[in-house]
Amino acid sequence: MSEGATEDLVTGIVVPVSIQYDYTAGEAASRFLAHIPEKRLVGQRHGDTGLVYVPPRGSDPADGEPTEQDVELGDKGIITTFCVVNVPFAGQAVECPYVCAQVLLDGADIPFQALIQEADVEAIHAGMRIEAVWVDDDDLAPTLESIRYFRPTGEPDADPASYKDHM
Amino acid sequence: MANNVAIVGIGQTKHNTQREDLSMPGLVREAAKRALEDAQMTWADIDAIVIGKAPDTFEGLMMPELFLADALGAPGKPILRVHTAGSVGGSTAIVAANLVKAGVHERVLTVAFEKQSESNAMWALAMKIPFAPPLVAGAGGYFAPYVRAYIERHHVPGDIGIRVAVKDTNNGLLNPYAHKQMKVTYEDVRDSMMLWDPIRFLESCPSSDGACAMVLTSESHAESGQARPAWIHGMSWRSEPTMLARQDKVNPVAGQECAKDVYAQAGITDPRKEIDCAEVYVPFSWFEPKWLENLFFAPEGEGWKLTEEGATALDGDIPWNMSGGVICTNPIGASGMLRFAEAAMQVRGQAGEHQVDGASTALGHAYGGGSQFFAMWVVRDSKP
Amino acid sequence: MREVAVVSFAQAPNVRRDSDRNEVEILMPVLHEVRQKVGLDRSDIDFVVHGSTDFQAGMPFSFVAALDAYGAWPPINESHVEMDGAWALYEAWVKIQTGEVDTALVFAYGKGSPGDLPDVMRLQLDPYLLYPLGVDPVGLAALQARAFLDSTDHTEADMAAVAVRDRKNGTSNPCAQVVGDFTVEELLSEPPFVAPLRRHDCPPISDGASAVILAADGRARDLVPSPAWIRGIDHRIEAAPLGNRDLTVSASTRIAAEKAGASGDFDIAELHAPFTHQSIILEEVLGIDSSTASVNPSGGALCANPLMVAGLTRVGEAAQRILDGAAGRALAHATSGACLQQNLVCVLEGDG
Repeated sequence: MSEGATEDLVTGIVVPVSIQYDYTAGEAASRFLAHIPEKRLVGQRHGDTGLVYVPPRGSDPADGEPTEQDVELGDKGIITTFCVVNVPFAGQAVECPYVCAQVLLDGADIPFQALIQEADVEAIHAGMRIEAVWVDDDDLAPTLESIRYFRPTGEPDADPASYKDHM
Repeated sequence: MANNVAIVGIGQTKHNTQREDLSMPGLVREAAKRALEDAQMTWADIDAIVIGKAPDTFEGLMMPELFLADALGAPGKPILRVHTAGSVGGSTAIVAANLVKAGVHERVLTVAFEKQSESNAMWALAMKIPFAPPLVAGAGGYFAPYVRAYIERHHVPGDIGIRVAVKDTNNGLLNPYAHKQMKVTYEDVRDSMMLWDPIRFLESCPSSDGACAMVLTSESHAESGQARPAWIHGMSWRSEPTMLARQDKVNPVAGQECAKDVYAQAGITDPRKEIDCAEVYVPFSWFEPKWLENLFFAPEGEGWKLTEEGATALDGDIPWNMSGGVICTNPIGASGMLRFAEAAMQVRGQAGEHQVDGASTALGHAYGGGSQFFAMWVVRDSKP
Repeated sequence: MREVAVVSFAQAPNVRRDSDRNEVEILMPVLHEVRQKVGLDRSDIDFVVHGSTDFQAGMPFSFVAALDAYGAWPPINESHVEMDGAWALYEAWVKIQTGEVDTALVFAYGKGSPGDLPDVMRLQLDPYLLYPLGVDPVGLAALQARAFLDSTDHTEADMAAVAVRDRKNGTSNPCAQVVGDFTVEELLSEPPFVAPLRRHDCPPISDGASAVILAADGRARDLVPSPAWIRGIDHRIEAAPLGNRDLTVSASTRIAAEKAGASGDFDIAELHAPFTHQSIILEEVLGIDSSTASVNPSGGALCANPLMVAGLTRVGEAAQRILDGAAGRALAHATSGACLQQNLVCVLEGDG
C-alpha cells in the first residue's frame, strides 16, 4: 500500500462503553461488613479446618464449605511482607512513596493487602505490629474503606515463626 | 486412545505496545497465517480451533471467539475459548493438544492473543467492587511483597533481579518478534526507577499487543511442516485457591505438583540435566530464581545461585527465556502460548539467533492469577 | 472412543435476582449436591472444568473466585472456558477420551442480575461496526424472527405455541423461573415487545448455576444403575455477520447433529432456544418429531435462561430423565452468540 493510502487508514475509533453493575455482596460478606460501622473486624471459619478467614468471602476455599462461625478479631495485627510503591495507582490518593503490605490480623489465618501510613518508609519491616486507623465516626459505613490505613503500634515485633506460614 | 501429538506449525505477531495497523481479527490472523505457512497447510486443512485470552475487559469484547470466528476460518467448524488467567496461553495449547491426543481431531489450530491497547488496561483490571478490600496497587504491587518475602526468607543477594533482567532483555535483541528491543547493562537496570520496591522498571514486563498460534497434529500429519515436528512428551495444569489460609505464595504447591506431573509423564527425574532449555513465565525478573526452585531446577532457597553463576544464560548449561521472555513481551493472553511455542521452536531448530545448539528437550511454562494457576509442557525432537 | 456417561446433575433454583447470595454462595450447595447424589468426595473427582463469563459477573478473572465454591486444595486438575457450561462438558468429555482421567465435574454459573444483561451482551458484537449501532440481542433475535416468518409458512401463533408448551412444562420443574398455563390466543393478544417478538417469545433474565458429573465406562456403572451415556457430541460455529448466514436455518446445528449422530427417534429433546422461533428452527433442523418426542420437558430456556448455564442445564435435564429411567434416548442442545451462532448437540442413551 502506498504511503498516501496508509495515511487515510482508520487506525482506531473510540467506542465508549458504560455498564452499571449492581453487585451482590453475599451472605458472608454482608455479615462481615455489618460489623464495620462498630469498628469490629469479625472473621469467619468453618468447623472442620478451624482456619479463620478475613475478609470472609463465603467459603473456605480449601474445601468449598461455608464459613458459618464468626470470630471476633480486633483491629491489630502484623505486617507479613510489603513493598514500597513509587508509582501512583489509579484511584489512589496517597502520595508516593507509600507502603503496600500484607496485613495479618491477630487471630486470622490469612493476610490481606492494605496501606501503611504514619510510618517512616525506611523503618517498615516484616513482623512489625500495626493497627487500623478508622475514618471519623460520622463517616463509618459498611465498607472496608472505613479503615483509612494501618499504622505501626510501636509494640515489639512478632516472632517470625508466628507468621512464616501466613504469606 | 492417547495419540501422540506433534507441533508442526508455529507463528507469532511482531509484538508492540500498540499494533495500530491491525484490528483484532488482523492480529489473530497475522499469527495464525504464519503458523499455517509453517505447517504448510491452508485454513481448509484445519479441523478445529482453540482460542485463548485473558479477561475480555482488556478489549471490551465479550467472548471474542464469536466475533473472531470468521477471521479464524472457523465457520462450520468447532471452536473453543479458554480462559485460565495468565496461564491461559499454555492451557489453551493443552486443550488443543487434548483434542488430538483424544483422537477427536487430526489437525487443530490454536491461537492466543491480547490487544491491551483496545481498552484501558487499568480499567480492565481494576473494576471497583464496593465490598471488596480497596485496591492499593496494581500487579507489581501485588507481587512485589512476595518477591521481598523470597529475598528475606533465603537471604538472597539483592541484585539477582538485575542479572535476570539484563539477560532476558538482551536475549530479546536476538528475537525479531520481541516487543522490547533494547540493549541494557547491569547499571541501566540497577539505575532504572524502583517502581514497587524491590521491583524496578527494567525488571518488569511491558504491556503488549500480540498473538501466537500453533498447528498441532496427530502422527499421520506430523511431517507436514517446514521443520521437523516437536513432540509433546508431557503436559499438565494445576490450580489452587487464590486466597487460601496458610498458603505459600512464594513457592506455590500447585506449581510444584504441576512440574512433578509433567516431568513424570516425560520421564524426567533431574530437570536441570535432562532439559536442554526452558521458556518460563517470568513477568518480573525476580520470578526466575523463584521458579527455578518451584520447578526443581535447584533446591529451595538456591535458585538464585543458578542465575548468579550464569547457568540460565543463553550459553549456560540450562538456558532460561531464550526469546527474551515475558520481560520483553507481554500480550497477557498470548504470553503463556509464546512460552510453549518457544520451547517447541527450540526442539524444531527454528529459533534463529536465540537457538540453543542441539536442544532436544525443552520446557514451556505459564502461570496466572496471583501464582495459583499453572500450565506446562515438555516437548522433544523425537516421538514419545 | 471411551464410553462416557452423565451420572449426576444438580442445579440451583433459577430466579430473576438472588440479592442475598453471591456467585460462590449460589454454587456451593449445587456442587455439594451433585457429588452427594453419587457419593463422590472431592478426591474422587479427577478433573474439574467450568464455564462462565467476566462481563456478566462484572469483574475480570471472576472464574477464579468460583473455584472457592468447589475447594481447590490440595491443588486440582482444572480448566475453564469462557463459554456456556455445555462446552465445558465437551472439554471434560475430551479429557476423559485422552485416558488421563475417569471422572470429571463440570459446572457453570451465571448471575444475569448485576448488569443490564441485553446491554452487557451487546459487547459480544463486532466492536468496530455493530456495537456502535446500539442493537442488542433481543433486537437481533427479532430480525431473525422476521426473516423466519417471511420466508416460511410459520406464523406468530406457531411461535406462541412454543411458549405455551414450554411454560406449561415448566410448571412441573421446581427450578423453573417463569411458568404458567396459557393459551395461544391469550399470548397473541399481548402487544409486541420488539416486533415481531412479544414478551412470551423472549427468555427471562436469570441467576443460576448447574453442575454435572461425567464418568467413564465401568466407573459410571459403579455409580448409578442407569448411566446416561454420551453416544455423540459435537459443536460448530457460523459466521458472526448476520448477513453472511441464513438466519432461518441453523447450519451449524445441522453439522453438529450429523457429527454427533443425532438422527432417528428420541424420547425427549432439551433445546436451548432462548426465543420461540429458534425452537421451531432447531426442531426442524434436528428432525425432531414432536408427536413422539417430548420437547423441553423441563420448560427449556423460555422458563429460565441463566447465561453460560442454560446449555449445560439442557444436557443435565436430558440426562436426568435417563438416570431416572423415564427416557431411553435423549437429545440435548446448547447455543451461544446472537441468532444461534454457535451450537452444540449431544446424544444421550440409557443401557436399554
